[in-house]
Amino acid sequence: MSSVPIDTESGPQVVLELLYRLRVRDAMTRGVATAAPGDTLRSVQYLMRDRNITGVPVLDGNRLVGIVSIGDIIAAFDEGRIGESAEGSMNATVISLEEDMPLSFAVTYFDRYKYGRFPVLDRDGRLVGIITASDIVRNLLVALNAEVAKLERTLSADPDLAPRTGDSRDRGASGSLEIQGNAASGGRTAAVELRFAVTPLDFSRSGEASSKFKRALAASGFEPAFVRRVAVASYELEMNQVIHSAGGIMAMRISPDHVEISADDEGPGIADLDAAMREGFSTATEWVRSLGFGAGMGLPNVKRVSDEFAIESEVGKGTKVRALLRRGGA
Amino acid sequence: MTITELGEILGDGAVVAVAAQAAGGKAEIGGGYTSDLLSDVMANAKTGDVLVTIQAHRNTVAVAGIVGIAVIVVCNGREVPADMAEAARDEGIAVFISPESQFRVSGRIWTALHAEGRSFPAS
Repeated sequence: MSSVPIDTESGPQVVLELLYRLRVRDAMTRGVATAAPGDTLRSVQYLMRDRNITGVPVLDGNRLVGIVSIGDIIAAFDEGRIGESAEGSMNATVISLEEDMPLSFAVTYFDRYKYGRFPVLDRDGRLVGIITASDIVRNLLVALNAEVAKLERTLSADPDLAPRTGDSRDRGASGSLEIQGNAASGGRTAAVELRFAVTPLDFSRSGEASSKFKRALAASGFEPAFVRRVAVASYELEMNQVIHSAGGIMAMRISPDHVEISADDEGPGIADLDAAMREGFSTATEWVRSLGFGAGMGLPNVKRVSDEFAIESEVGKGTKVRALLRRGGA
Repeated sequence: MTITELGEILGDGAVVAVAAQAAGGKAEIGGGYTSDLLSDVMANAKTGDVLVTIQAHRNTVAVAGIVGIAVIVVCNGREVPADMAEAARDEGIAVFISPESQFRVSGRIWTALHAEGRSFPAS
């Protein structure tokens, strides 16, 4: 299979947003045909023939223990092992996806691992589906059709409207940096404002904007210790938006003696703010934790490095965080 | 300890995934931090530390850049994805892959730094 790159630099916003908005569960096939470890390869082959499929997950009770591909069946025929058990020929190092991962993960996995299909597990590790490249293509086309139809309606309603993406006009990918004011003048009297839009679950570019922001601060001559404090606050707030929000805007106002960061998102809001501020509390999913996030230290870290910290949140509306960091403070 | 010396301390099984920049190879490593939780690294690692971890992805590089970490050791032989290597080159951060666990790698580094006369009192 040729490489399927996700172009986060110059790809059309609408396609990128679909890849992050659609989840694996939206594209996977449910009602998966499975085999038991003791089933013969011949019975697996019949299953493939009858269901017109090319891969069968092997379950030991509820636990996924392997997968038999059509390649394994061909090899078994070739070597006269078709009467033997599935257990002996299956691939036991199964790479699986989780159902609440964004579809971009599935695209990346197909690119990285070169398998024809991936089993999909739920939060408790139970097999709930299977996903193939054609599942992705089919569902992406359906979603693209809907987006383009929406775009066409917008265009016909307003002929003067430039042909940009429909409802994502005001939102760049994570890291699209917009500089207001004159950052390069070196004039330390006026405040400079940097803003960027954050895309939910876009782990391929997350943190990049905070890194750029950190470099801008360092280039302006702020001390490394201060730059580090600001970068920690900015990165934690950015990752919170990536992991938990439906998208948001990060803004930083740089003044000669302090930096103010604001992080405003579009929801879903935090139900229990006291819990969210407590170290160790997190609502992140298992797979987000597997990337090293969701330690429940994000907001406490921001508060620790800030001189002033305020958070307000409303369920169903969103969360606003303000953090002020003074040079030589905290 | 320099980054070049760290490569020797990690032993024969370790490989360089991203080489230190020309001048960076001589950058001094003052200590280390071992963690797989990125918020924990941001809260507790010190500038000039080596980061010992199994988190092989580009966000690890972003966090190392924020903290001022010049070298990452990825343990248990985990593969370094291309986008992580690219981010590390952009940030000027060296990356090693060791077949050993975080425990063993941390032990090697601690022993070497201790032999240099550095101490790591509990904070």
